Parts: sequence; structure tokens; C-alpha cells
Amino acid sequence: MLEIKDLYAKAGDRDILRGITLDVAAGEVHAIMGPNGSGKSTLAQVLAGNPAYEVTGGSVTYQGIDLLALQPEERAQQGVFLAFQYPIEIPGVSNAYFLRSAFNSIRAARGQEEVDPLEFLDYMEKKLELVDMDVEMLSRSVNMGFSGGEKKRNEILQMAVLEPRLALLDETDSGLDIDALRIVANGVNALKRPDNATIVVTHYQRLLNYIVPDFVHVLAHGKIVKSGDKSLALELEAKGYDWLVEPQGALAS
Amino acid sequence: MTAPYLADFTTLSNNGARAEPDWLRTTRRQGIERFAALGFPTPRNEDWHFTSVSSIAEATFTPLRGASGQVAKSALEPFQFGQSDWPVLVFVNGKYDASLSTPASLATGIRAIDLSTAMRDEPSLIEPWLGKLSPSEDRSFSALNAAFMSDGAVIHIAPYIESPIPLHVIFVSDANAAKGVAHLRNLIVAGHHSKATVIESYVSLGDSGYFTNAVTEVQVEQGATLTHYKIQRESQRAFHVHTIDAKQARDSHYLSFSFATGAALSRTNIYTNLDGEGCGATLNGLYMADDEQHVDHQTNIIHSQPNCFSREIYKGILSGSAHGVFNGKVYVYPIAQKTDGKQTNNNLLLSERARIDTKPQLEIFADDVRCTHGATVGRLDEMALFYMRSRGVSTDAATKLLTYAFAADVLETIEVEAVRSELERATLERFSGSSATP
Ligand SMILES: Nc1ncnc2c1ncn2[C@@H]1O[C@H](COP(=O)(O)OP(=O)(O)O)[C@@H](O)[C@H]1O
Ligand SMILES: [Mg+2]
Repeated sequence: MLEIKDLYAKAGDRDILRGITLDVAAGEVHAIMGPNGSGKSTLAQVLAGNPAYEVTGGSVTYQGIDLLALQPEERAQQGVFLAFQYPIEIPGVSNAYFLRSAFNSIRAARGQEEVDPLEFLDYMEKKLELVDMDVEMLSRSVNMGFSGGEKKRNEILQMAVLEPRLALLDETDSGLDIDALRIVANGVNALKRPDNATIVVTHYQRLLNYIVPDFVHVLAHGKIVKSGDKSLALELEAKGYDWLVEPQGALAS
Repeated sequence: MTAPYLADFTTLSNNGARAEPDWLRTTRRQGIERFAALGFPTPRNEDWHFTSVSSIAEATFTPLRGASGQVAKSALEPFQFGQSDWPVLVFVNGKYDASLSTPASLATGIRAIDLSTAMRDEPSLIEPWLGKLSPSEDRSFSALNAAFMSDGAVIHIAPYIESPIPLHVIFVSDANAAKGVAHLRNLIVAGHHSKATVIESYVSLGDSGYFTNAVTEVQVEQGATLTHYKIQRESQRAFHVHTIDAKQARDSHYLSFSFATGAALSRTNIYTNLDGEGCGATLNGLYMADDEQHVDHQTNIIHSQPNCFSREIYKGILSGSAHGVFNGKVYVYPIAQKTDGKQTNNNLLLSERARIDTKPQLEIFADDVRCTHGATVGRLDEMALFYMRSRGVSTDAATKLLTYAFAADVLETIEVEAVRSELERATLERFSGSSATP
């Protein structure tokens, strides 16, 4: 479903991704772990098409098409979804309107009819239940005044509404207490289907007790330095990253 | 530049104005003398530094003599939001049109008639205030208006009258207004402890070039609350200069909102003098300009007495090669202790060529006051834009939605629901072509 080949990317004049290669097949769950600043969020943002990053080499093929040639909205319309590590606040735009615009844009791109506000509210009921959110939050401005946990749940709500093919979850677990973590994990698991795939970026193996990965990759200095199965996550938990990560300076010498 | 107006004035004095009462003739004569002495303002004048009126000064406008156009009631529908029972006064090309107006539905205790009738039949409704609330010694356009003022709305709200429904005054121009000028003069007297809402709409049918030169004089008596909305949707080729001068007696409240999207060049002056203790003034507004439009607001909040508050939020959205100007003065006299003033002006620039000159000005001569002001100029939040696009929303739709969202909070301050939803609709339509509220 997704083939990333030797991907390089930078922001400004700073090189961040330095040759990432990763294959994700339909039905799989991949976990990406690694120390702070290793480029995990950058990888997720590049896949979603954030124009703040410039791809300087490599390729990304998604369902047989060149993902990097698509605008962010086209990627979303093709089923790519990124749950942001730091969800954005949008004063003045209600969550309901935002969600419905997104939902209808994606439907329109697929040649489906738009839904009106009432139909949409119906559809939302089940989705809200899934992430245990009150209908009241639909009338609030997007992420404004939301707690950290509410923002993360709102990301999963959006994911539940848009039903993506390829879901990228960037540290959706950080800052969540154990109940919230379970809600988020249940949300993700409920959306799992044989024809979609999930990439979970996380810091902690804790989340992986709930969302069980088929593969675990360690990212360091913009490269995947080790891949394995779910036991790698446990090993990382026990040993930390130091044994995998060469100090930056050592590369040059 | 001033010569054609002087010639027109001679014609006016020899004709209609001859029958007018002495005080009015004096007002007119003083007006033309001041205008002749001042000429049109130039950028050397501090208050006009960022707004050149040479396009007005160099053109020749002939005084509009009224409704030669036949404006159908249905043509006004787009501008007549709210309930059908709202009283409406309609002026077509600068002249009152009784057939389009519905003063009969005014609440008991409120009178609204046209200025030309008041001048002829009931000068007592205007004489104590006209030209006194809005002086024109130092103001070219007001002086010109004083010389030529021909029509407008005269509104009296009796003491203790509280009207739940607004009075809507609509100035509409059509193709027959081309190359003409209307010197409109309105008077609103809100009697003590009264409560009312007046809406002034300046709109146009078609795209002719004309000049609206308006003055609105407002007296808010003790304990009264006047809500005053101004909606400027003139044609993109029109010129619009409007001065609102409010004078507030003790414990009164004046709430103003200025919505400006039209005209090639518009200048709105809103001045209020809190001339009694315990007054409050709220001056909010939203201006949006595109292409080559120029939109200028100048507000002046004068704290003359202690224990008053003022609140001001103006927002601007500028795209294309538009030029916005905001100049907000807050003046606090030495005796105006315990003044509480807050002013903000936020601007959103949607293109590289769009420009804003914003100048908040605090002049404080009392020591025990709390006054703040701030101005911002920004562009669309790139991260918010990307966030929306990453959910499948097109760049265009996301841009429009974020632009609307920028304006949303100031529109939310409009208390009359029908006005608020109409201006929300108009704003949204301007940026998205759709009108469902986000
Ligand atoms: N937009 C950006 N501009 C400049 N530097 C960036 C930008 N985004 C990320 N970086 C830098 O790239 C590195 C990797 O960041 P990030 O991808 O957020 O790491 P992670 O998610 O693994 O913690 C960090 O050093 C970070 O400061
Ligand atoms: Mg990160």
C-alpha cells in the first residue's frame, strides 16, 4: 500500500530525513519509535504534505500513485490521514462545521453526495460514542480551550469520521492518562480493516499493549536504524535507545 | 476644485434656500465659507495622511435632486433583512421616497421624518441640534455638507421609550446617481432613558460612480442606550465620506458598529464624546476591501468626564491591491479620572500587494485611568491552513473559512440577531460564495 524509498527531506536549510525506506502493506500496523528530534513527526508531516518541508530525494508510492505529487487535500481525499502530535487551534470555526466540510470534501472527491447538517449530526452520534466525547464539543471552535487529552481524542474523532485508508498517528498517546489511552486505542482498533494500514509514532511501548504492531522501527538522526517485530518495543523499553543510536559526531569520523 | 461647489451654492441660495429660516441659511453660508477656506483635505493634513481624496476633488459631481429613478420595492429586498414589520425609511439618490418607506410601523414615542420635510414644516425638530452636534469649522466635507444638506433622516426617540425593533434607514443609489453627489444629513435624538436601535444602510443598485457625503448627528440623553449600525455597501465605483458625531449625556450608552465593504474610496469618521459621568461607548467594526478599494476609518473617543468606559474592536481584511486605514484616537481629559478604555485593531492581509496603515492613538491627560490599545497585522495561519487541507478541505475553501473565522468574533458583538446574521452572511458570501454559518 505504501512504499517509501530512500526519502530525504529538509526544513529551511536543515536536513531532517536522511534516507528512509519503509514498506507498509494493507492490513498492517507499523510502529515508529525513536528518541526526541529523530525525525518521526517530520516523516508524518511529509507524508501528509506539509509545505513547510521540502523533499530533496527519494520517492513515496501510495496505492500505486506518486504520493509526493499530490496536494495535501488530494492525499486526504485518497485516504491518507494524519493525527497531529500538536493539533491546531482554529478560533471561529466550529468543530461541527470543520468536520462536515472535511467529510463533504472527501465525499465530493469520491463522487458521493454531500450530507446536510442534520444527516451529519446523525452520523456523528456513533462516532462521538466511539471516542467518548460529548455532542457539546461539536459547537466549540476547533481545539480551542480543549485539554491535551481532548485534542487527541478530537484527532481520533476526525479519523473516525473520515475513515482513512492509511492512518498516521503521531504521538497520539503522549499526555494521555490510562483511560484516555484506552479510548484512543479502542478508537483506532475499531477502525482497523484488512484493506487499511496504520503507522503509529510513539515514544512509549505502553500504547503498543493496546494497538499491537506487526512491525516496529527505530528512527534515529533521520534514518531507520533497526526494524523488528513487537518484541523490539519491549527490548527498547528495557534498554533505551542508546545501544542503537550512534552519537551524531561519530558518523563523520 | 472648490469652484464648481461655490457656483452650485450660488444657484442653491437663489432658488430653494431663499425660503428657508434664517438659522438654516446662516448654517449653509458658514458651511460654504469654511469649505472655500479649507478646500479639500490633502495628505499634509494629519487626519488625511494615508487617504488621498484627489479623485473626489478632481471630479465634478452635480448635486442630486432626487428620485428620478424608479426603484421598485422588490429591488430593495436584498438590503432589507430582518422582519417585514421593521419600520424603514428609504432615500433614493439622496431624496426621501415615501412610497418605499414605512414610518407608520414605528413604535409609539418614536418619530422619524425626512429632513427636507422637517426643514419646511417642523424646524423645531432640528434647529436645536443641527450643525451643533457635528461642527464643521475644521472639516472640509462636513462644511460642504452643511452648505448643501438636502435630505436625510430625522429621528426622535421620546424619553423612557424602549423599542425592541430597529428602525432601518436605507440610502440607495441607482444608475441615475451617476456623477452626482448627495449631501445627506441625519439627526438622531435619543431622549433620556430611552432605548432604541437605528441602522443606516448605504447601498447601491448597479455600479455607477457617485459621491455620498453624509453627516449623522447623534444626541444620547441621560440614561439612554442607542445602538447604531452603519452598513456601507456602495458600488465599487462610488465615493463615500461619512461623519458620525455622537454626544453622550451622563449614564448613557452608545453602541456603534461600522460594516464597510463597498465603494472605491470610503472614509468613515465616528466620533463620540462621553460628556457625562457613567457613560459607556462601544465602537466596533469590520472592513473588507479587495482590488483597488480604499477603506478608511477614523474613530475618536473623547472622555470628557470621569467614570466612563469605552471599548473598541475593529477588524480589517484586505486582499488584492486594497488599502486600509485605521486611525483610532482615545482622548482623556484631565478631569476624566477612572476612565477605562480598551481599543484593538486587527488586520488580515490576504495578498502581497494589500496594505494597511493602522494608528492607535492614546492621548491621556488624567492620571488615574486604565487604557490599553493594540494593533496587529497578520497573514493567514499557515499551520491552520495545512491542518484543514490535511483533512481534505481545498486550499480555497480553507482560506475562505479561516478568513471568515478571523472576522467572526467581532461580528458576534452585534446584538441584534437579524443584523448579525445578515452581516455574517454577507461576510461569508464575500469569501466563500456560500452562506451557511460555520
Ligand atoms: N519546520 C521545521 N523547521 C526547522 N526545523 C525543524 C522543523 N521541524 C522539525 N525540525 C527539526 O527537525 C528535527 C526532527 O524533528 P521532529 O521530526 O519533530 O522529531 P521527533 O518527532 O522525532 O521528535 C528536530 O531537531 C527539529 O527541531
Ligand atoms: Mg514528534
